Amino acid sequence: MSEHDQPTTDAPELVHLTLTVNGEAVAVSFEPFKTLLEVLREDLHLTGTKHGCELGECGACAVLLDGRAVLACLVLGVDCEGREITTIEGLADHAELHPLQTAFADLGGSQCGYCTPGILLTAKALLDRTPRPTRAQIREALSGNLCRCTGYQQIFESIEAAIGPDDDERDDSEVPA
Amino acid sequence: MSVKDRFTVVGTPRRRVDARAKVTGRTLFADDVQLPRMLFCKLLRSPHPHALIRSIETSRAEAIPGVHLVLTGKDIPGEFGILPVSQDEEPLCREKVRQVGDPVAAVIARNEWTAQEALESIDVDYEPLTTIADPQQALQTPEPRIHDYGEEGNIHKRVALNFGDVDEALERADHVFDDTFFYEGNTHLPLEQHASVAAVDPDGKLTLWSSTQTPHYVHRALSKVLQIPAAHIRVIACPNGGGFGGKSDIFNHEIVVAKAALLLDRPVKIALTREEVFYCHRGRHPALMRLRTGVTNDGKITGMHLQTLLDGGAYGSYGVASLFYSGALQTVTYHVPRYRFEGCRIFTNKPACGPKRGHGTVQPRFGQEIQLDRIAERLSIDPAELRLGIVEKPNAVTANHLRLGTIGLAECIRRVVEVSGWKDKYRKLPAGRGVGLACSSYLCGAGLPIYWNKMPHSGVQLKLDRGGGVTVFCGCAEIGQGSDDVLVGLVAEVLGIRPFDVRCVTGDTDLTPIDLGSYSSRVTLMMGNAAIQAAERARDLLATAVAAKLEVDGSRLVFADGRVFDSEDPDRGMSFQEAVVRAEEMHGTIGTVGSYRPPKSPARFKGGGVGPSPTYSYTAAVVEVEVDQATGWVSVPRVWVAHDIGRSLNPTLVRGQVDGGVYMGLGEALMEEQVFRRLPPKMSDALVHKFPSMLEYKSPTSLDMPEVFTELIEDPDPNGPFGAKEVGQGPLLPIMPAVANAVHDAVGVRIDEVPITPDKIRKALDDLERGGEGRYGPTQFPDIDYPDALQVAPPWEGGDGTAANDPDRKRAAKLDRPVGRRS
Repeated sequence: MSEHDQPTTDAPELVHLTLTVNGEAVAVSFEPFKTLLEVLREDLHLTGTKHGCELGECGACAVLLDGRAVLACLVLGVDCEGREITTIEGLADHAELHPLQTAFADLGGSQCGYCTPGILLTAKALLDRTPRPTRAQIREALSGNLCRCTGYQQIFESIEAAIGPDDDERDDSEVPA
Repeated sequence: MSVKDRFTVVGTPRRRVDARAKVTGRTLFADDVQLPRMLFCKLLRSPHPHALIRSIETSRAEAIPGVHLVLTGKDIPGEFGILPVSQDEEPLCREKVRQVGDPVAAVIARNEWTAQEALESIDVDYEPLTTIADPQQALQTPEPRIHDYGEEGNIHKRVALNFGDVDEALERADHVFDDTFFYEGNTHLPLEQHASVAAVDPDGKLTLWSSTQTPHYVHRALSKVLQIPAAHIRVIACPNGGGFGGKSDIFNHEIVVAKAALLLDRPVKIALTREEVFYCHRGRHPALMRLRTGVTNDGKITGMHLQTLLDGGAYGSYGVASLFYSGALQTVTYHVPRYRFEGCRIFTNKPACGPKRGHGTVQPRFGQEIQLDRIAERLSIDPAELRLGIVEKPNAVTANHLRLGTIGLAECIRRVVEVSGWKDKYRKLPAGRGVGLACSSYLCGAGLPIYWNKMPHSGVQLKLDRGGGVTVFCGCAEIGQGSDDVLVGLVAEVLGIRPFDVRCVTGDTDLTPIDLGSYSSRVTLMMGNAAIQAAERARDLLATAVAAKLEVDGSRLVFADGRVFDSEDPDRGMSFQEAVVRAEEMHGTIGTVGSYRPPKSPARFKGGGVGPSPTYSYTAAVVEVEVDQATGWVSVPRVWVAHDIGRSLNPTLVRGQVDGGVYMGLGEALMEEQVFRRLPPKMSDALVHKFPSMLEYKSPTSLDMPEVFTELIEDPDPNGPFGAKEVGQGPLLPIMPAVANAVHDAVGVRIDEVPITPDKIRKALDDLERGGEGRYGPTQFPDIDYPDALQVAPPWEGGDGTAANDPDRKRAAKLDRPVGRRS
């Protein structure tokens, strides 16, 4: 290492702000260079949001920001004040799973489960703007979310099942309360 | 002692037991473990592929506020490695680095970025050495040696095995096919980057949470390197965010955080970056292969001679096993009367190769299945018919003394031929479109453990309580494949309760009996058999008590629908919960165990420990391709797969494994490659990974994935739990050769290497247009000084599984530990 490298002496000053996460206003302090991904996982302990690259390549950290799917590793935490953040922890309605979650659970849409939170939120953003997407639209929407386990097929089928006519009849009774 | 004429859990598609945790983001992966007072570790990694370490100066880093500890190799002496014969890795390198990414120092600080910044204040003085870039260079460059062990120079290991007179078999063949293939390396690319957290318990013992497929082997390595009793160490395998073989080694970072936690008495976490995961690697060995096969005019194999040259990278890893696997399973799909295998693994200054899905068997299968396509073409036999004519027989013992079980391969072939419309497509699609067929087989668990012992490979404990609760304990590691679901499903089936009524505790060396790990497709079969044994023992305890209470013969009792009842008078019975109460009254507290050890193999020659398995799965696939002749671009609209599963325990998960195998196979066939380049001389000329990032390491996306049509062939195997075989690895194997064969059907060129990229297809098309054979692939196999072959006669030539000329024969007969087996 070169001689002009000076040891770091001080931690940077923290920013203090209020974020709206899953409908709840939370006050949080963090270093200003932290990404939303880091703030969620490290400062708010919402570890449901995953990371696979920290470079915007894999899609594992996708969350909703004002209803749009974004990669939390490419968004700075300080830019999120006053905006609605939805993470996987906010997808279910308390104990009742979102229809996408139910479908993924029942139909093999999740294997190791690591890409699952990002894919579920990306799928939710898709369905919110396109309630009945075609298979091609689903493929397109998920093209930034890598999954190494499933080969995507059961993910497509899960999303299609979640929007299907049998939606309301889906039986979630096996899930312990 | 009870009767059951139907399954209630097995065979029914259902939600896996851990699904709710996964879809709510609540699965606790290793990096999700957050503990009070936790510190963070970063590793300083070598920028040199091969260098001596002259000195490391850490005082500036230690002075940085927030830095708690800086470690170098002298602080953690000791070597480790997954195989007993390859203890060649260090927690932090002391004298030498062997690849870009080798760790030389560790900083433990209050947060990750402080640790990262402190790395830049560590001064390392390196003395670069000649870089060994590939096997060809290594064979010509014995010095400097990357390791001071191995055979000689930079040759790690050589093997030669001869099963009958292959030369004579080739001489009497009507045709001899002699082909050379190259299989480029590729990596697992699990979405989850490796992470570990170490903490010292209040009583002073050590706990490590880690993304590992093999908690038992990590447990042993920690004890060995840290020199503390295994009884004072607890390893918890968190559910892995994908493994595929890439988390089945012991990793330096696991040992470093354990040491740091012990020194600081505070929890220490490390979470690798994606770049670091590329340096951990342990992926597919780049393999150059020469395959000579003799066939008769009617398409019967007379003999086969396979030579392999594996680029092992910088460390042993599973490499000795990988090397044996590159020859072991060539005999289990088709009848090969005589067989010679010669293999060689080389050390190079690149991240170590190891087990990736299909471990070692993928590369030669690629060559063999392409060569069969050539043979069919030359003999004017349909490729499916050719294969159907030579499928090995059930329960056969092969030329290399592997005992096979049920073989669903012929049925797999017939089924994919039918559902794909093969007969209407092969040679009949318009130019630019084609179909290719290929087959494969894989282990259902390695027959021998990694370190020699006579203990069970898998153990299961069951606890029943008077409230009707059932908890199952097993050391198996859930890596996404669904092993927890298999475990719970089998227990629920035997006890006649619902899977969601069973609680499961897995992958914890303190709480659970040992299972050797999620590798070699062993878990369903081995853990499954242990689980059934434990559950049947519990059922028998309950049945005795219920029989006494109801005054019926225990053999008439049925466990189903949460009840225990008389099969001849179903109203006469009691709830499962009451049955447990009765059993507790009669026997005391109810707990049972089950365990499993594979049957002994007939292969008794040195090296015969790699390949044996309780049974083998079989797969056939047809891939359809469209090739743009102008650009060489290949697209795959459809894939049909038939897999011999024995019995499908949870069809939802089985199909997911087949789809995932096809997906990963297509990645290997068409785009994935772990390749290296030289930096410009003005920088350092160092050999570096070409693109250690997910963006540049191309893998198939949702837009690339074809439709996959899966057929399951169910022919229960007596060795499997309720007849089940593996599905995690086998379905990947036929995909790459099927793509290559389909490209040939589409545009008439042979691409004898992967990945099959547009530039290679264009070059082969150019060659064809110039009047050449229209081939792209390696043209030469180097002259390798293989050792004298062990001579083992095939069973049909009187062989008893031993080698006539085994130099260690007496010792081998006594100690007989084949070095390491694995996937």
